[in-house]
Amino acid sequence: MNPVLEVRGLAKAFGGISAVNGVSFEVREGEILGLIGPNGSGKSTLFNCILGQLAPSAGQVRIDGSEITGMRPCQLNRLGVGRTFQLLQVFPQLTVRENLILAGQEHKGSMWSRLVGRRDAGVGAAAERMIEFFRLGALAGEKAGALSYGQQKLLDVAMAFMAGPRLVLLDEPAGGVNPTMLAGLRERLREINATEHATFVVIEHNMEFVMSLCTRILVLAEGRIIAEGTPDEIRANPAVVEAYLGG
Amino acid sequence: MKKVFFAVMLFSLVAAPFALKPYGIYLLTLWVVMTIAAIGLNLTLGYAGQISLAQGAFVGIGAYAAALLTTQGWPLWSAFLIATLLSLAIGWLLGYPALRVQHHYLAFVTLSFATLVYLMLRNEEWLTKGVYGVSGIPRPTLLGWSAKGPVEFYFFCLGVLALVSAATWWLVRSPWGRAFTALRENAIRADSLGVDTRRYTLMAFAFGSAIGGIAGVLYAPLIQFIEPTAFNLNLSLNLLLMVMVGGSGYFLGPFLGAAVSVLLPEWMRFGSEGLYLIFYAIAVMALMAFCPSGLLGLSERFFKR
Repeated sequence: MNPVLEVRGLAKAFGGISAVNGVSFEVREGEILGLIGPNGSGKSTLFNCILGQLAPSAGQVRIDGSEITGMRPCQLNRLGVGRTFQLLQVFPQLTVRENLILAGQEHKGSMWSRLVGRRDAGVGAAAERMIEFFRLGALAGEKAGALSYGQQKLLDVAMAFMAGPRLVLLDEPAGGVNPTMLAGLRERLREINATEHATFVVIEHNMEFVMSLCTRILVLAEGRIIAEGTPDEIRANPAVVEAYLGG
Repeated sequence: MKKVFFAVMLFSLVAAPFALKPYGIYLLTLWVVMTIAAIGLNLTLGYAGQISLAQGAFVGIGAYAAALLTTQGWPLWSAFLIATLLSLAIGWLLGYPALRVQHHYLAFVTLSFATLVYLMLRNEEWLTKGVYGVSGIPRPTLLGWSAKGPVEFYFFCLGVLALVSAATWWLVRSPWGRAFTALRENAIRADSLGVDTRRYTLMAFAFGSAIGGIAGVLYAPLIQFIEPTAFNLNLSLNLLLMVMVGGSGYFLGPFLGAAVSVLLPEWMRFGSEGLYLIFYAIAVMALMAFCPSGLLGLSERFFKR
């Protein structure tokens, strides 16, 4: 069986600095892969190269066995790849409901059908289910800008799932979220993983969150993968402890 | 409350020409025409967040299309068709630079385009009659109903405004409106959610420009004489001002902004000798400094407290 995501020799240089330096890995279906490493180790750049926000200097990316290198983010999203960004990115002037409808409206039909067709583009019911699933019901009609940081973060993650995605790349979903809400987020992610067979790649600095959520972890340092293994193997790996986890 | 307000406004718009002298009717018609042009710019700038200093050029393109066709005996509806399609196509092309540059860089690109159109209108005499302009532009007749008189022509323009408003209302409340807002607020995030930001940017320019062209088609028979300077950068800047003053991104912004820009200076002219433009300029500067979201933004702030 083909891996869901396959990255081969991916590299990205900004001027003379190589942020990502020949990274290769595979993500298997249904896996929750953690991606950890010190600040500036190239994690977010790697995400941006995979998802078309940045053009890689070298290397290939395949989704379900087909080459996607150089495709635009919106095309990738319609293929079933969702993502969140490191910094919170919701649309503050739209309501919670509208944020979610927006995140799903471009996946069916043509652009013209969205001009003359239904106002919710046929994804209103899916948005309501997502609101319920992420426990955002009381806030559905509020403008996203009026929500607390943690609530916006939940919405941000929920939006990534409106594509009904096979693969979701989450860039620091736990950053700035309080412990109670974080436990809820972890439960939601596990549930989607179990029921929808969605595959995740998660960048995170919160070790407790990563170690408890992920089935496998990659460690990045200075643009290269320096270790790979289960959470227990990673905790015990001397190279990782030196580069990142600390003594 | 809202319904009462709109009913009163609608009634005033219908009743107003019967209480006004010809110059007043002319001003009111000019307000209608400028509101249409500003609605187009509000779509491009207010909703989709793409700055354009070329809206006046599209009014010019529409006006010249109407003037040249109707003086040759073509009916006005053909001018509507041709001007709309022409502005749509040119607007779409003007959108391409917006895929590469944003904000003040985009302002400069569109400004160059506005200048280019002005120079074409002035220098291509074989087509546009150059600085002499086009005169004797006829007013339309609609299914036997003549819109030649000022009151009739005002109602004709008001009808077009109603149609343009309804179409725009539909658009901004459709998924396109949501995509435009997303494009304005965070294009990178929108792209990552499957919104084809390139196509929506081009469409924002094409549709906004087409509405500018429609305004031009009404402008020509309103004045009945057009020449290039009417559509130079001044008009584009004025339309930008209307959108900003009214409230960029508010549906009713262009209506209010055009009223401030077209009617307020005329009204202030009485009793202030030659100083009215200075007062007007200071009022606009104060508004922009203290409330960048325009008059509607100001009222929203006021009513929320």
